[in-house]
Amino acid sequence: MIETYSSITPLIAVLLPVAAALLVLLTGERFRNVRDSWSTIAALVMVAVVASMLPDVLDGRVPQTTIIEISPGIDIMLRADSAGMIFALLASSLWVLASVYAVGYMRAEHEHKQTRFFVAYALSLGAAAGVAFSANLLTFVLFYELLTLVTFPLVTHRETEAAIVAGRKYLTYTLSGGLMLIGGTAWVHMLGIDGTFVAGGLMADENISKATAWGLLMLLMVGVGVKSAVMPLHGWLPSAMVAPTPVSALLHAVAVVKAGVFGVVRMIVFVFGAELLREMDAWQVIAVLAAATLLIGSMLALRHDNLKRRLAYSTISHLSYIVLGVALLGPIALTGALLHIVGHGVTKITLFFVAGTINAHTHKENVSQLDGIGRQMPITMGAFTLAALSMAGVPPFVLFTSKFYLGWGAAEVDQQIFMVVYLVSGVLAAGYLFPVVYRAFWKRSPDHVAYGEADMRMVVPLAITGVLALFLGIAPNLPFSFFELATNVATAAFGPVEALAGGAR
Amino acid sequence: MLAALIVPVVARLRYELGFILALAGVGLSAAASIWSLVYVLDNGTMHYNLGGWAPPVGIEYVVDLISAFVAVIVTSVATLVIIGTRRWADREAGDRLGSFYGLVMLLITGLVGMVVTGDLFNLFVFLEISSLAAYALVFLGGGRAMLAGFRYLILGSVGGSFYMLGVGFLYFSTGTLNMGEMKDILTDDATARSVQAGAAFIFAGLGLKMALVPMHLWLPDAYTFAPSSVNTLIAPIMTKVGAYAMIRMFLSVFPDGYLKDVVPIGDALLVLGLIGIIFGSVAAMSQKDIRRMLAYSSISQLALIAVGVGLGTPLGLVAALLHIMNHAVMKATLFMAAASVRFTSGITQVADFTGLGRRMPFTMGAFTLGALAMVGIPPATGFFSKWYAVQAGIESSQWIVVAVVLVSSLLTAVYLFRILESAYLHPLQPEPSHGHDVPDGFGETEQELALEAQAREAPLDMAIPTVVLGLSTVVLGVLNAVIVINILEPGIA
Repeated sequence: MIETYSSITPLIAVLLPVAAALLVLLTGERFRNVRDSWSTIAALVMVAVVASMLPDVLDGRVPQTTIIEISPGIDIMLRADSAGMIFALLASSLWVLASVYAVGYMRAEHEHKQTRFFVAYALSLGAAAGVAFSANLLTFVLFYELLTLVTFPLVTHRETEAAIVAGRKYLTYTLSGGLMLIGGTAWVHMLGIDGTFVAGGLMADENISKATAWGLLMLLMVGVGVKSAVMPLHGWLPSAMVAPTPVSALLHAVAVVKAGVFGVVRMIVFVFGAELLREMDAWQVIAVLAAATLLIGSMLALRHDNLKRRLAYSTISHLSYIVLGVALLGPIALTGALLHIVGHGVTKITLFFVAGTINAHTHKENVSQLDGIGRQMPITMGAFTLAALSMAGVPPFVLFTSKFYLGWGAAEVDQQIFMVVYLVSGVLAAGYLFPVVYRAFWKRSPDHVAYGEADMRMVVPLAITGVLALFLGIAPNLPFSFFELATNVATAAFGPVEALAGGAR
Repeated sequence: MLAALIVPVVARLRYELGFILALAGVGLSAAASIWSLVYVLDNGTMHYNLGGWAPPVGIEYVVDLISAFVAVIVTSVATLVIIGTRRWADREAGDRLGSFYGLVMLLITGLVGMVVTGDLFNLFVFLEISSLAAYALVFLGGGRAMLAGFRYLILGSVGGSFYMLGVGFLYFSTGTLNMGEMKDILTDDATARSVQAGAAFIFAGLGLKMALVPMHLWLPDAYTFAPSSVNTLIAPIMTKVGAYAMIRMFLSVFPDGYLKDVVPIGDALLVLGLIGIIFGSVAAMSQKDIRRMLAYSSISQLALIAVGVGLGTPLGLVAALLHIMNHAVMKATLFMAAASVRFTSGITQVADFTGLGRRMPFTMGAFTLGALAMVGIPPATGFFSKWYAVQAGIESSQWIVVAVVLVSSLLTAVYLFRILESAYLHPLQPEPSHGHDVPDGFGETEQELALEAQAREAPLDMAIPTVVLGLSTVVLGVLNAVIVINILEPGIA
């Protein structure tokens, strides 16, 4: 059904950030204006490159690059299929904004070693694009591990004791996850199964015993579960918030954690497939874990006064929205899950941008300090309000659309209980975000300093993402046909997405 | 033709131009090895009868894919290391430079000889040549190295004697020393007790040479106290050749399956290997001296080779042979970097590596590559030997192997990231003030820039070999399938 053709474009998309990293490194601190423009330029080019593949992908013609045979019979292969395109488009377009924001933030904070920072920042985008376009298990493992590696200097960037401890924790979690993946991948190959991803599951037609399937599921799902922070594998994420905010924004709302949930999509949809998971009764286990994470994450978010930590737990909760949506194994739920990857990326990056802007501009980091800040920084807090509305799932924001599909998907497979979970968590999201808005606009500021808006390099990106959170809800197919890509994946995996009401289109 | 491998030898003793001649010798040897590898790839196994005597009587040299492969590794790594440690040799050997390079040449001759020989007794001769040269080189360190070297000498000689005893037993019951003929005879009839005893002795001897736990006691001190020019050379290649000899026993001396079914040497290797992997890594974590840490790390990595051999399946042997190459390159990188650091700053303690990432960007960059390869981050080399080892473990349903190999990766990360952390994440002394007192937006503080100006990279002739070794961990990793498909798999079959 899907035809592939050989093309070097996916490889270019992966290598562009690497080229940017090299330019950044060679330019160095002395010409920092030149240096800092490289990332933005590379990001813009990358969006163009990735988007240039879109028409073909929508036509069902998938560009593919085979790089080298890395182990007998296994190639390193990139393939820009619909699922990969969703992640790559999201990551690359948010990188444009994030790189502008990062420049503003890093300068405002007088951060040290900015060259190293921007090099690692660009490289992690390359690794994320690699994860997105991986065509088989081994390639996926390779980029997944590289992503761990290049984000390590970002997590530890501040070089404080806390940062180093967080870095160690991060490495321990993610490297262990990576090892599970390696073990699982080796096992798949030893069973004589080709590791190339197939919509509907590469193991679907293989005759493997239940015990083997469970063993593989454990290894592979724990492997990707670490980065998608499904409880009890989430411990690294809140600690990693010691990183500078652009890192939290791009990596812990977009690149790293989304690589994790994207991995979940790959494993469930492209490796195991619906039939096998139903036969094994495994999907219930994943779904229950995800549902628990979803609720507990939201509740923990309520408890934290530190804004970034609150957002971190909110991230944990929302990642499990996606995991649960995938685990339901229905086409509508999967459409919702993929849209949620996009919607949550846009929304959460806005919230992190705002948190970082406030912190860099006023050195406030706790929710309880934010009284009246909305009057001083109206654009910033306005964007925050848009994002908060989206997080709570208020129509017509983007996360309403995705949650609508997720809930509908739960009903479709007769699991109304999970629909209730989604709804409750939506209320909780309102519970932990609306008080911030309330304090910001309706309470009076206790201090006498008039702050005003921060550096435009921070304010403009966050305003754009805030508006995008609304815009993508109204028109999810613009500009990058996210909706169509998502339904394509869902159709290929679990059968046609039925009765799509015209409204969302 | 094989003479080319052995000639650049003893004649080179006692020359003022030691370095040049040594380099020429080992370079020539490397070229010859590469040439033989190419030749074997095209034309199949090479045989050469020393002195023109036909095999059962005379000594035969055999270069097949595997031995050519190992010879290439040994000689090319040695070439890079000799270039890179020239300054150390000048400093450490002083007026004995001539004999130093003579010994180095003897060492390499011994190792290459062990690799290409097709005769069990001749292997012993070369084993002793290389070992004697190694003892003498360790002694050059003086002081505590004397003690370490003495211990090495005693244990090494015990190992050699065990091997010799084993060969004696085999000769006793088969009447031949030629490997090929030995295998033919043993395939017909290997029931004799003396053959079993011989096999056991041989493995005890070689196990000691490859520092298999619990026969590793000589290694940490020898690596720590030996002169930097020496440990950088012997650490990557010496134990590897012991491991190679072990593999050779499996492939060309004893009948297929004999060492698994009749004498449980495969299982012994497996068990000792698994213990060694964990023991070596855990011991490495607590070391304060980087050389000692790398020494324990070697024990752990060699144990991985033993596990591959112990599994005995083709995939296991591929993993073992690939790891011989990988570990040689990775360890050479790490030891070269450690030697360069010690050369420019005198630092040997892990705790003192603070801020070195900035002062020696190239050396520490290479160290980082080597370290990541050791941890097994793809696509660097270390990943792939582990990958094949894991596959081999799954194939023979040895789940414990799978678990240990994977966990060892994490343990390796623990001890190597300690160094990376202090090199990159801990500030230079004195501690730079953080940010806010500097005019708008200057990321680097004045102090940091000033310290950077004093940065000292190692001299070019040390840094370049280090970087070449570091980069080759990645290049060899990417190209590993080429090696496995063309050299290792046909070589084992």
